[in-house]
Amino acid sequence: MASHLFCGRVNLNILREAARKDLREFLDKCSGSKAIVWDEYLTGPFGLIAQYSLLKEHEVEKMFTLKGGRIPSAAVKNIVFFVRPRLELMDIIAENVASEDKLHPRDFHILFVPRRSLLCEQRLKEKGVLNSFTNIDEYILDLIPYDGDLLSMESESSFRECYLESDQTSLYHAAKGLMTLQALYGTIPQIFGKGECARHVANMMLRMKREFAGSHTQILPVFDTLLLLDRNVDLLTPLATQLTYEGLIDEIFSITNGYVKLPPEKFAQKKQGEGGKDLPTEPKKLQLNSAEELYAEIRDKNFNAVGAALSKKAKVISAAFEERHNAKTVGEIKQFVSQLPHMQAARSSLANHTSIAELIKDITTSEDFFDSLTVEQEFMTGVDTDKVSTYIEDCVAQKDPLIKILRLVCMQSVCNNGLKQKVLDFYKREILQTYGYKHILTLKNLEKVGLLKPQSTMRNNYPTIRKTLKLWMEDTNEQNPNDISYVYSGYAPLSVRLTQVLARPGWRSIEEVLKMLPGPHFEERQQVPTGLHKKRQPGENRTTLVFFLGGVTYAEIAALRFLSNMEDSGTEYIIATTKLINGTSWIKSLMDSPEENLP
Amino acid sequence: SSFICANYLKIELYEMGWNLKDGLRDCLVAAAPYGGPIALLKAHNRRSPSARPQLEIFSSSGLPLASFPWKSGMVKQLGWTVSDDLLCVQEDGTVLVYDLLGGFKRHFSMGNEVSQSQVLETKIFHSPYGTGVAILTGALRFTLATNIDDIKLRRLPEVPGLQGAPSCWAVLTQDRQSKVLVASGPHLFILDNTACTPVTPPGLSPQASSIVHMCVSFSYKYLALLTDSGHVWMGTSNLKEKLSEVDTKIKGSPKQMAWCRRPKSQQPSAVVMWDGLLLVVGECKETIQYHLEDDSILVPELDGVRIISGTHHELLQEVPGACEEIFKIASMAPGALLLEAHKEYEKESQKADEYLREIKEQSLLSEAVRQCVEAAGHEHEPETQKTLLRAASFGKCFLSNFPPEQFVSMCKDLRVLNAVRDYTVGIPLSHTQFKQMTLQVLIDRLVYRKLYLLAIEVCRYLKTPEYQGVSRVLKHWACYKVQQKEESDEVIAKAVSVKLADAAGISYSEIATKAYESGRTELAIKLLEFEPRSGEQVPLLLKMKKSPLALSKAIESGDTDLVYTVVMYLKNELNRGDFFMMLRNQPVALSLYKQFCKHQEQETLKDLFNQDDDHEELGNFYVKASYKEQRLEARIAHLQSAVDEYYKAKNEFSAKTTEDEMRLLRFQRKLEEEKDEQLVGFSLQDTMTTLLSVGLHKHAEQLYKDFRMPDKRFWWLKLKALAEKEDWEELEKFSKSKKSPIGYLPFVEVCIKHHNKCEARKYVAKVSPEQKVKAHLAVGDVEGAAEAAIERRNESEISTVLSRCSATTDHLLVERLNRAKATVPKK
Repeated sequence: MASHLFCGRVNLNILREAARKDLREFLDKCSGSKAIVWDEYLTGPFGLIAQYSLLKEHEVEKMFTLKGGRIPSAAVKNIVFFVRPRLELMDIIAENVASEDKLHPRDFHILFVPRRSLLCEQRLKEKGVLNSFTNIDEYILDLIPYDGDLLSMESESSFRECYLESDQTSLYHAAKGLMTLQALYGTIPQIFGKGECARHVANMMLRMKREFAGSHTQILPVFDTLLLLDRNVDLLTPLATQLTYEGLIDEIFSITNGYVKLPPEKFAQKKQGEGGKDLPTEPKKLQLNSAEELYAEIRDKNFNAVGAALSKKAKVISAAFEERHNAKTVGEIKQFVSQLPHMQAARSSLANHTSIAELIKDITTSEDFFDSLTVEQEFMTGVDTDKVSTYIEDCVAQKDPLIKILRLVCMQSVCNNGLKQKVLDFYKREILQTYGYKHILTLKNLEKVGLLKPQSTMRNNYPTIRKTLKLWMEDTNEQNPNDISYVYSGYAPLSVRLTQVLARPGWRSIEEVLKMLPGPHFEERQQVPTGLHKKRQPGENRTTLVFFLGGVTYAEIAALRFLSNMEDSGTEYIIATTKLINGTSWIKSLMDSPEENLP
Repeated sequence: SSFICANYLKIELYEMGWNLKDGLRDCLVAAAPYGGPIALLKAHNRRSPSARPQLEIFSSSGLPLASFPWKSGMVKQLGWTVSDDLLCVQEDGTVLVYDLLGGFKRHFSMGNEVSQSQVLETKIFHSPYGTGVAILTGALRFTLATNIDDIKLRRLPEVPGLQGAPSCWAVLTQDRQSKVLVASGPHLFILDNTACTPVTPPGLSPQASSIVHMCVSFSYKYLALLTDSGHVWMGTSNLKEKLSEVDTKIKGSPKQMAWCRRPKSQQPSAVVMWDGLLLVVGECKETIQYHLEDDSILVPELDGVRIISGTHHELLQEVPGACEEIFKIASMAPGALLLEAHKEYEKESQKADEYLREIKEQSLLSEAVRQCVEAAGHEHEPETQKTLLRAASFGKCFLSNFPPEQFVSMCKDLRVLNAVRDYTVGIPLSHTQFKQMTLQVLIDRLVYRKLYLLAIEVCRYLKTPEYQGVSRVLKHWACYKVQQKEESDEVIAKAVSVKLADAAGISYSEIATKAYESGRTELAIKLLEFEPRSGEQVPLLLKMKKSPLALSKAIESGDTDLVYTVVMYLKNELNRGDFFMMLRNQPVALSLYKQFCKHQEQETLKDLFNQDDDHEELGNFYVKASYKEQRLEARIAHLQSAVDEYYKAKNEFSAKTTEDEMRLLRFQRKLEEEKDEQLVGFSLQDTMTTLLSVGLHKHAEQLYKDFRMPDKRFWWLKLKALAEKEDWEELEKFSKSKKSPIGYLPFVEVCIKHHNKCEARKYVAKVSPEQKVKAHLAVGDVEGAAEAAIERRNESEISTVLSRCSATTDHLLVERLNRAKATVPKK
């Protein structure tokens, strides 16, 4: 089932179906029964494309996790490796193949995701196993449909690779993914971008467009505009604590490949008469997407507005159940019964979200959460950003989680356009003394990507940016928002403001600010064949694809959805990203903490 | 039923253009299906080395395509691949591959076993995997290769009791596997990879004592066996079902036997050829005989059999249903009536209307049109085709909603078919065959024959997407062009670029590869410049040893895997110095290579940093290395190297910090030795916590001073450590040691956290006025909190206290607070 992909303005299920078709074709190429050996990293992303049932229909009988030594015995004809093109994985595969039982040999196949790699094939050749493979193929899975308006490459370390390691592989995949998208949804006539990576992706796209000239069938363009945004244009937003419902779920419990694991206590089944109360010990796993009506309704609300929405829903549902007393005729009863499954689903959905909201509320009402949020908001409004924060100092003294400290220090640095050398060194020393000297590498990484930096002679331009783009709104309405700033209870995410201004009145109005932000900004046009120019109906909205290179937060997505739904906004947004991130996962991806090897 | 026999029709395709002295006598002949080329090798039997036989290749109409003297070994069998390549199987098991214009392509061997025991018989067959070769060796064993483009030799199991060559055998494809069916006297066996299984055809005539000939249908679905008693048994090739058995009443051994069956036809029928005689055997008892004047060969096709003799080329097939219906004498079929109506119409006779009426009254007009269109497709004579199509077009006028597609595409198909059937091209394809083989393959065949212009015209006429059509043909043309030695690089490059300029999706790299393979490197480089896909240029540039160009093209493509490929190639090609130099000029490649080294070659990474004098990264490198060390001395040595590098990089902070780290490690080790307390690897903070918890206050104190730890953090740390230990006495002493930099509220809160309200109270008095309310509340002293709040006249604090009061027990207090609140000046 992929009903969540139908609901958006653009039918992203086409993309999913294309991906499923490719998968089926590959599986059929390896005729006969098969076992899949998984690069564990891929199972999550694949779950968004196909369930086990699809694999089973194509004679997949066993699944293993890729690891050294011999592959467990299984009476199958084929062994299929699903792997990313990584050298270290090739070594494991070579070991697997070499230790295969010579008496009962099985056919080997490799499926590289998302792309074949000459480098890896060379490695297999050096290991003397390349010829053992009947099929070596690639499964081009660049942009995975994540929700009705959301595509993700699920590429965890993209930001790190691009900004820290100067490895732009993920950008190549992003460009390829955009080409696939254009093959299915038509050429995107306008491309805007901001940032070095954005420029690189746009260049590759234009190049590939030339390369593929003539091979694409002509399709009426679905997207009017593509906006490519580097994450490092807006380093601030992911650092701030997201305050939407979905954002908080991600901040607290972290959503992985569309699923979240929750502490089980709140979800205990209340069954009567079963004697002893068995509390479940396994975490409760829930899929979160717009297929769930209630979730779609509340996910993007400020958390402070979720309670009211839930109780309103509760009333509607119990009223609906009350209806049965009014059902008199057979027809009415039949009508009622036919709606019952839907109502029951709604009731259990309500119960789940009430529990989740309670879990979140326990945290958001704590003094800790309040204090930390206060400091964040002080930074974002420019209060005392140039001196050591007592709050951070106290948190270090209490040895609060390191990532929390790093998020706050980075935020202060970003909001002050760098910290005074003395302040920076103080924080660094505090962190190293408290959490260990090994974190020196992490701190250097944060400096390299610009999250931490000493103040240069240039003046702090953050206040100018904040004022021009109205990044801080004093009178934010959390219940009935009229501006995107509701997603952070006051702070309007910079990235989304840029998107908003681009749609109206255009970037020309903010040239000065754009120059203050890192990387070039640009506009490109792609030729659309005559006859394929879209004739817009009066009142019909434009469709813009916003691609966040280096990750996007749920709160930013919420803000874009808010813009899409705003009356007279004139633009609807589809979001693409290398990965869904939050401050914690983002900082974690930049950490370099060598394992201690001392006895 | 056995009463209705299908009609068979033999039509002439061509009068052969060749001029063969002795016809096909004493020739090895191979003719490719789908109207493919014919190969002839004369006089192959004479074993005198001086007389070189001539190998000749002709089109189906007998026009010469190639001719050359055969200089290799003794050929046992000729055959064609699915892509029109000629296979010559020699006695020693070597297979030579030629293209259809006689160009040598390659050779391969069928294995040692074959070359030792020599080839006895050979069959070339087509399977879903491509073209295969099956060999029966002198040792009476079968060796099989199912796809000559990906040779995997399989030696099949032995056939039990086989004394001499089997009377006949054939290759079958069943369950995606190629198998051999062998007849040895009266016995029949199926050989697959693992076993030799005896089989019995159901209902085989008991008079038979051995099977002398067999053949498998084009689709591998049906099998025909000829017995020594002259019976032809026909059934399914899985030997589960018998379809028919016919007595030919001829007992001699035939020259050839083939299936002659239309797809979807209900009639099984085979053709058996003896000297001078051709016999069609079907379901009914009667057979159809044809007299043959000349030595001939049979070429089985999807929908019939072609018969090639020294002078003629004919097609024998079951008359298609539609043609039969229309042309049968006195037929009243709708198609026949429509044809008649149209004839009358052309004569301007009113009978036309009568015929039409008759069809329309039965509502069979659309059926009539369909019949005419279908019949036209089966006809070889353009005039007949036209007549039928005109009739169909005429009938269409009287139908309102008849879909035009079938008619239009038939007209187009026939135009293409007539063009390729032309004597000068010589590909006598039937419409059924054309549909099965697809346009793509037909284009390929035209290209193999270098009929580029015709191929392009066909593509344009049928509006094939450029990418699969015209562009592909042009690419083949260009590949051919670049091999023409007599023209200069400039002329060819220009000609190619002019011709291909507007064609979409041309792979110039393929053309360049061809040029390079013909030894024209300069031309190849020129052609590569036209390639828009930089990724495609790289492999060839590497092959041509143009590595710097390859590297920059790879970088241009953005494909990092490609960059890696070139980098790895260069790494093996160049000496280390040159390699590093080249990387230095290509930062993208350099950073990718560094990533590679990080995971694969740590030492090289160090060399790279050294080369660039990147002391900062070298420092980081040593820090990382230090953590991998087991021994403390080695670890400290690495850290010292890091310190040196950091100083060189003028990174004072990192250098000092790393020195601190070394100092801490040494301190930890010393204390571990002295006090037997595990400390190494702890952070400074954790070290001190541990020291305090075991009462080593002095040592903790020393670290605090040595490492210039901020007072605040030290106070917090000590406070928590002492509370953890519940050393309340020491805590009190500590609180009095000097004025607390963190205030006294933390003392209250930490005590409460450790459930010691009594101790907590001691510190309440010392708490600063701003925090006093909080402190009182923390120890549960609501009254004290109320006093403090009232004194501070702070509205929010009063409210906080109020929220903690119970309305019943603290009645008076609530009143007081409320009164105080009222007097607080509003802001």
